[in-house]
Amino acid sequence: MDIASTADERHASVPDFPGFLARIAQDIPAHCILTRPDQTRAYECDGLALYRELPPVVVLPENEAQVVALLKACREHNVPVVPRGAGTGLSGGATPHPQGVVVGLAKLNRILRLDPVACVAVVGPGVRNLAISEAAAPHGLYYAPDPSSQIACSIGGNVAENSGGVHCLKYGLTVHNVLRVRVVTIDGEIIELGGEAPDAPGLNLLHAFIGSEGMLGLVTEVTVRLIPQPQLARVVMASFPSVELAGEGVTRIIADGIIPAGLELMDKRAVHMVEPFVQAGYDLDAEAILLCESDGTPDEVAEEIARVEALLSAAGATRLQTSVSEAERLKFWAGRKNAFPAAGRISPDYYCMDGTIPRRHLGKVLAAIAAMETRFGLRCSNVFHAGDGNLHPLILFDANQPDEVERAEAFGAAILELCVQVGGTITGEHGVGLEKINQMCSQFTREELDTFSAFKRAFDPYGLLNPLKLIPTLVRCAEYGKMHVHQGDIRFPDIPRF
Amino acid sequence: MEFALTELCEQVVTARAAQRPLLIRGGGTRLFYGGPLPPAETISWLDLSAYQGVVNYEPSELVLTARAGTRLAEIEALLASQGQMLAFEPPRFGAAGTLGGCVASGLSGPRRMAAGPLADFVLGTRLLNADGSVLRFGGEVMKNVAGYDVSRLLAGSLGILGALVEVSLKVVPRPRREATCVLALDEASALDLCLRWRSQPLPVSATAWVASDSGDGGLLSVRLSGNESAVRQGLDAIGGEVVPDEAAEAFWAGLRDQTHPFFRQRPLWRIVLPAGAPALGLASELHEWGGCLRWFAGPCDAAALRDRVAALGGSACLYRREGAPTDLPTFHPLADGVLQIHRRLKREFDPAGIFNAHRLYPEL
Repeated sequence: MDIASTADERHASVPDFPGFLARIAQDIPAHCILTRPDQTRAYECDGLALYRELPPVVVLPENEAQVVALLKACREHNVPVVPRGAGTGLSGGATPHPQGVVVGLAKLNRILRLDPVACVAVVGPGVRNLAISEAAAPHGLYYAPDPSSQIACSIGGNVAENSGGVHCLKYGLTVHNVLRVRVVTIDGEIIELGGEAPDAPGLNLLHAFIGSEGMLGLVTEVTVRLIPQPQLARVVMASFPSVELAGEGVTRIIADGIIPAGLELMDKRAVHMVEPFVQAGYDLDAEAILLCESDGTPDEVAEEIARVEALLSAAGATRLQTSVSEAERLKFWAGRKNAFPAAGRISPDYYCMDGTIPRRHLGKVLAAIAAMETRFGLRCSNVFHAGDGNLHPLILFDANQPDEVERAEAFGAAILELCVQVGGTITGEHGVGLEKINQMCSQFTREELDTFSAFKRAFDPYGLLNPLKLIPTLVRCAEYGKMHVHQGDIRFPDIPRF
Repeated sequence: MEFALTELCEQVVTARAAQRPLLIRGGGTRLFYGGPLPPAETISWLDLSAYQGVVNYEPSELVLTARAGTRLAEIEALLASQGQMLAFEPPRFGAAGTLGGCVASGLSGPRRMAAGPLADFVLGTRLLNADGSVLRFGGEVMKNVAGYDVSRLLAGSLGILGALVEVSLKVVPRPRREATCVLALDEASALDLCLRWRSQPLPVSATAWVASDSGDGGLLSVRLSGNESAVRQGLDAIGGEVVPDEAAEAFWAGLRDQTHPFFRQRPLWRIVLPAGAPALGLASELHEWGGCLRWFAGPCDAAALRDRVAALGGSACLYRREGAPTDLPTFHPLADGVLQIHRRLKREFDPAGIFNAHRLYPEL
């Protein structure tokens, strides 16, 4: 895929790379600086492999002082900076810049402090999401946000993307669970946003920094909130004869005042895709399967599960099964958690979308997506964070077939447009990055996009931090507008879409 | 109603052209909070109280959108009719208080310790900016990472970046059961106990420690919220004397709305500290949020207090300044790097400096 940008989006001057490399070699050991293509190849893309760019240089700092030195050098030499965590992001947020440096923060992977009494952990940005919970587990604590990639993804990346997970209706997103970040600015200054005390003075920069996709500063420390592990979790698995009725089940649960720990919906296509792979015992006759998890003390869970079962029956569930053991709970979840690998098993390639919609429009949106399958000639299965409206259509395609990549992208773009039309958003948790930059033109007005630019300038007046991501230029939106006279149908798919 | 908004936009355009600063107000109940106001006769108000009304409420999707001038009381009554509430329990300060003022001031009440701060619940906003345009950020869905989170930036911004004209909030169900118990404890023991509860799966939704009048010891009130089983188990674990529901409700409302007699004292400091911070040993104190929020009344050496609190990882706000020296900054000073970003943000969002000048920091 060609991601080359239009001339106005590129930096006017090509940086003086030899001078830059000589400068950073003064402060950063040679083994942390990768320039040979065989070394840098691994950094050419993130989890969205459609977008690739071989970076001219990759730097892997081992401490904060090296990050400071590196950013000062980037500033002096006008070198764009692309921060990278574990590289599991799904929106091209870590796609390299053709004239920039990729800064991998994976080596800042130490847990600096874990206070099991105050229930906080201070960790380097390279610490894996799951590693925090593993370190907290002996104290009966954990870190709540659990994106699907939690085995591999790093907390620094979670901060950059404001990652969610299947439990965020009850326990919140990254933004609700991070108390403080320590940041190196593009000027090489160290600032701290938020704090362990509540309500840090001044503007709420912490919340605005979370989800800023590496465009405001490089994180060198993150303080997270830990919470007590629930003593017990059980999940109800309910079959429904239609997606609408499953949505009705969700409505009744929420209306009853229950905030389940997890609330996930799979459509029939998704169920048929994952069942052969995981053998979770899913009902293959159901049009939709709803998983509703309750956690807490055993009595608390028993009380909640009884209510959930009654509510789902009343909503029209045709089959109900409640996990009676931890093994069974994990089995019920296995299908949902393995939806992506299962897609990879039945299709050479898949493209995971990430729109959010008001839940009342779920039936309408899924029907429209089904119609798009015909229009774009590709299959799509849907998994849905039903509690918070976050829809993950998985578009199945084969990159080796002529024009299937373009059709998959056009299909994805059409889904995102639809999400905006029903009052939702183009991205719930994966971020904009490069992938959804065109759809930003649909969701926001020029003045709103200008406000994002103004916000970025306050942190990065030189525009060096992760340039070309998240905020589309005027030219790009104009071009995208022209392409969209036919409602998402790209008329000339062979023309590079920059 | 859109006419009212157009008028507000025009007022901003005119003020900007004339370089005449505006002060934003809704119900006027929170004007005490922030830097000192200029003399009344010199103020040009941007009054949002007429721009009111609930725009959308979807109980089953846990979201409510209302115009900034909507009375907080109206919103809370509407939520209560569906068994829901604002999780962060904002102080009400009387019937005139509006949603816009509530969000712009960013103050949360007793439940914040369990539910999270006001900003956590802000899903979307419409901002009247310095160009007189109305911009929309975020939306009505809980998960939304399209663009920077300008909505949460505006929560607690005291209007220095523009006027909030509409806000979408995540709302939550009211707990099925609440119960309050009281334990007689001195300050250090109360802090220690609250700290120990943090790591236990107890449904503590609010705490308050008040010194006894005699000066030795005090009372720790603990509210538990959840389903029947969770609250019953919590009461068993915590012990103490159970307070009758009506009295408990009145007590927590008094803290939330700051009508408790403690809040009549002046000057009044609002000190926030990390969990586990020791007793400060100040003369007159009331704690909330498991000891993370400490109200302190009376005269003091402000610089020394701020240094001490900062050394513990917290900050101190001169919340009610009557009786304090007029040159004392309201909010805890910012580190240089963070202040510089504040300056740049103010310049980017409000280059002519027309919105709520000096309300957050004198230099903004």
